Amino acid sequence: MGKRLVVICAAVALVVALIALYISSWVTVVPPSVDAASVGPGGSGGAQLTLQTVAAVGPRLSSSRPHWVSYLVYRNGKWERSTNFTLPANSLVRVTVYNYDGESGLRNPYFSQPQGTTGGTEVVDGKTVRALDSPDYASHTFAIPGLGIFVPIPGVKDDAKNPCDTAPCALSNAHRTVTFSFRTGGKGRFRWQCFVPCAAGTITGFGGAMQTIGYMDGFVKVV
Amino acid sequence: MSEPNHARRLGAIWLVATLIATPLVIFVLGPVLPPGNGSEQASGHVTDNTVLMAVMTPVLLLLIVYFVYALVAFRQEPGGILEGPAIRGNARVQIAWIVVTSAIVLSLAAYGTARLLEDGAGSGGGSSPVVVPAGPKLQVQVIGQQWAFTYRYPSYGGVETPHLVLPVGQMVELHVTSLDVVHSFWAYQLGVKADANPGQDNIAFVKPTELESFSVRCSELCGLWHGYMFDHGNVVSAADFKSWIAQQRVKFAPSQKLLPPYSTTYIPEPARRAG
Repeated sequence: MGKRLVVICAAVALVVALIALYISSWVTVVPPSVDAASVGPGGSGGAQLTLQTVAAVGPRLSSSRPHWVSYLVYRNGKWERSTNFTLPANSLVRVTVYNYDGESGLRNPYFSQPQGTTGGTEVVDGKTVRALDSPDYASHTFAIPGLGIFVPIPGVKDDAKNPCDTAPCALSNAHRTVTFSFRTGGKGRFRWQCFVPCAAGTITGFGGAMQTIGYMDGFVKVV
Repeated sequence: MSEPNHARRLGAIWLVATLIATPLVIFVLGPVLPPGNGSEQASGHVTDNTVLMAVMTPVLLLLIVYFVYALVAFRQEPGGILEGPAIRGNARVQIAWIVVTSAIVLSLAAYGTARLLEDGAGSGGGSSPVVVPAGPKLQVQVIGQQWAFTYRYPSYGGVETPHLVLPVGQMVELHVTSLDVVHSFWAYQLGVKADANPGQDNIAFVKPTELESFSVRCSELCGLWHGYMFDHGNVVSAADFKSWIAQQRVKFAPSQKLLPPYSTTYIPEPARRAG
């Protein structure tokens, strides 16, 4: 009787431990945080964050979800799939986004206007703009609501030559280049997200990649 | 030794406790009950919570007094009998119980209904609210989307802003809607809570009475960043509101050109949207 009780208790403890291990690994497995590159001596010129958006992340960067739309970040000479970024506090952060994805359109045209950026503008393919010409031209947004930053990213036209559907994409492929800058405040952790319903095939376009950290949203840690 | 009249003793203890505790609940605890006095509706909620607490106090005390009394008076001494004689039915107690509890529940239901019919009590009343407060109202639209609330002011060119700012002492007519899934607009300190349903216009009324900052959060689980769908709004003076809204019209002029005409609901064109 005593031996049987010990075996049952051990089996139950093992099952509980396995369940806890599975849940903890599921909860804690997130892409690593990528530091923005320092600009100037000792980072005196702020930081630079270089991003890319692609229609499909591809099997090399996501074996389980190769067809999902995703942001990528440039680090150490290569593109990585991470959406967690570390930025310096009280600094100017310059962001460059190379977008290879097409136009999806904003559900709320209000987000057509960049907010929270230096001068309230963004630079699209070398041209400074205060808003997209049409909300339908939006492909994605880079938005950190907690910092008041909303930046629309226009998409590649349907008839563009040499498009790139799956990462990794090169600058020789059709793309849009968006640059902007903003100043960080004090330390904190903020979520960022895309406001374009770009997760095709999911409910309201906001499922899948839009609800999974590591694709179309993540965290910005200001340190 | 003859058995004392437990019912009479219990009743006396309960009555004394009730006479002491109920005024304390009403006059000491009541004024600090949530959600505060940020608006007429919020103050109404404080009154409602006070009424509920005042009604609840005698009931709760009856249970506590009986429990403690039973522990003390009916404690079995060592070597005593294990079970007392069974009691089967007591028509007087049963009738009293049914009558009193029914009276409490029905009177609270009547009170709640009356309060709702007074001014909507800060809740969403659908597109045709049963009660519409008299007098001029400032119309403000609350737009829920994954994952942020934005606000349109149709009286000011339909400008859309990322934060909610309201003038003090002005009745506000909130039109709450959503562009995607179900959200719920909850301005806690203002005592307003209304569901934001796609394609639906849900109207709630609120009259801010204090210059203060208030929190806005979504109270309907709406996806990954539901917990981050949080912001602060402000109640400001009428003059400050005029100044603020004028600034917003300038600041958001570029996006305002792109907004659809003001409407109580929006059905975003699905052809160019995913999903």
